Amino acid sequence: MAGTSPRTLFEKVWDSHVVEKLPDGTCVLYIDRHLTHEVTSPQAFEGLRMAGRKVRRPDLTIAVADHNVPTSDRSVAIEEPESRLQVETLEHNVAEFGVPYIPVNDPRQGIVHIIGPEQGISLPGMTIVCGDSHTSTHGALGALAFGIGASEVEHVLATQTVLQKPAKNMLVRVDGVLPPGCTAKDIVLAIIGKIGTAGGTGHVIEYTGEAITALDMAGRMTVCNMSIEGGARAGLIAPDEKTFEYVRGKPLAPTGEALERAIAYWRTLPSDPGAHYDVVVEIDAATIAPMVTWGTNPEAVLPITGSVPDPAAEPDAGKRARMQRMLDYMALTPGQKLSDVPIDVVFIGSCTNGRIEDIRAAAKIAQGRHVAEGVRALVVPGSGIVKQQAEAEGLDRILVEAGFEWREAGCSMCLGMNPDKLTPGQRCASTSNRNFEGRQGPGGRTHLLSPAMAAAAAVSGHLVDVREFA
Amino acid sequence: MDKFTTLTGVAAPLPIANIDTDKIIPARFLKTIKRTGLGVHLFDTLRYDETGAERPEFVLNREPYRHAQILIAHENFGCGSSREHAPWALLDFGIRCVIAPDFADIFHNNCFKNGILPIRLPRAVCDALIEDSKLGANARLTVDLERQVVVRPNGEEIAFEIDSFRRHTLLEALDDIGQTLRHAPAIDAYELRQKADMSWVPAIA
Repeated sequence: MAGTSPRTLFEKVWDSHVVEKLPDGTCVLYIDRHLTHEVTSPQAFEGLRMAGRKVRRPDLTIAVADHNVPTSDRSVAIEEPESRLQVETLEHNVAEFGVPYIPVNDPRQGIVHIIGPEQGISLPGMTIVCGDSHTSTHGALGALAFGIGASEVEHVLATQTVLQKPAKNMLVRVDGVLPPGCTAKDIVLAIIGKIGTAGGTGHVIEYTGEAITALDMAGRMTVCNMSIEGGARAGLIAPDEKTFEYVRGKPLAPTGEALERAIAYWRTLPSDPGAHYDVVVEIDAATIAPMVTWGTNPEAVLPITGSVPDPAAEPDAGKRARMQRMLDYMALTPGQKLSDVPIDVVFIGSCTNGRIEDIRAAAKIAQGRHVAEGVRALVVPGSGIVKQQAEAEGLDRILVEAGFEWREAGCSMCLGMNPDKLTPGQRCASTSNRNFEGRQGPGGRTHLLSPAMAAAAAVSGHLVDVREFA
Repeated sequence: MDKFTTLTGVAAPLPIANIDTDKIIPARFLKTIKRTGLGVHLFDTLRYDETGAERPEFVLNREPYRHAQILIAHENFGCGSSREHAPWALLDFGIRCVIAPDFADIFHNNCFKNGILPIRLPRAVCDALIEDSKLGANARLTVDLERQVVVRPNGEEIAFEIDSFRRHTLLEALDDIGQTLRHAPAIDAYELRQKADMSWVPAIA
């Protein structure tokens, strides 16, 4: 019986959403929140239309355009015809199917994974899906949140459920105190460096330990966001007083007595003592340094004090060839100090690091300094609300005076579906989540790092240890 | 979606680990509002040079692999984003089966929704099949989903595992949504239960 044996946070959220368990263990799992955007929904709505089906629960669904939207002047129509068509298609679909929509010109518009928590759409204990792998972000609230494909988007629209087997449990414990200059981004890059890009495959990761609970909600979202970069289906952090404080007062969060009942329930969600984990990974926070990727997947990461690794030192032939290919693509030389690598572009933003706390961290470094000659530095707030808040705090002026571009909200140069992209050969210090070949534009070279590290790189013209700016 | 029962065809070797979804189909091709027509962009940067000309050394630009229906790769195939454009591009090119030591979860899921069979086999077995596939048109593989075996050109059979639910769905080309809607009364009941037990869950609009 449920409740008699110790369960993990993941198992509690899962169990409370099982509609039906099929004979082979596949579950019909109920979904509390379905977030949709313009890139992965057109085929799903078209599928519904062809089959004559409706959206079962439009009141549990929200739509926003984020991937294609330009981050320049919003008062003019989207110039690029295909991007415009995709956004217009979303607008047409939400009208036809009665789905709540945040328009491009609405101040609440932004990256779907920023606005979910910000609007109180994403809450602890919920199941949350989106046709986007970085849905894991919402796990920071203690929700089970995962990315799905377009066919599954259609399935959720039609049935408000997904068909899935439960994942295995992985515990990542980060004990100790994070050294100065290090952030949530450095924690998660260090974790991925340790477990590898497929280390979490088939698992849901629960992050725990002193260094995790010490993070603010923004930092927790950064960690959970990159769970998918470690191959995990989702990442979760147990809800605590910080979580409840964060949720309180969010526009769509429960209020009054309903909130108190919700909090009483959320307090029952943390993993029970003795709950079983299939894999346990432990990291001492004190050993973490500001991290930066050198290769073309997120596990190719090192402390900024390190040097580009030498493939010749790698005994495994397959790994050696992969390393060499990464170095060729990245135009790096074995032994080259990472802090000597010059950069052309800096991108501060994305669902990983586009929250107000990230902008503050960047502005703190930028204040009184100037972007190095020849470097283009973009700051793209994760939502219109983040942008408003930053402007209210005067962060935009600090950044603009320092030579940064202050732009409108969206996914932007994280994946270059809008006009913000790298040109072939350009090297970018980026606060986003993926450094795959061509991710930020064909031929572009990406180094992943924290917002403070990115701002420090912008004013230095090369990758640099942010601790030198203390 | 077409039924998947038995597939006999040319297998293309792609002995690379961590083939991410950006490599399978770069983001700039995700602006389509259709599922079809993406095959021409499959593996775009591996397949074409900066001028758009085919790279002659890339396997899918060579005979007989231009007509490959099976792909054999290394670890962590399909890692990265949730874009279903990746299996759509494979399918549009003609690939119905991918064999690798392991797959990223979302990509693995997405394959089944499109009648593509992803098969997990140990690395050593994948390498043996890659050697077979290098024989080109003389080395067609057979994938028999009913019997759950891959048949090598020399007749040797290699068994593979697959979820019974997913196997059934592929064999019968069943529509997942249609199947789930058979559980509509259970979904109704769940919603009523949740309304009572979790009444704090607010509607979005």
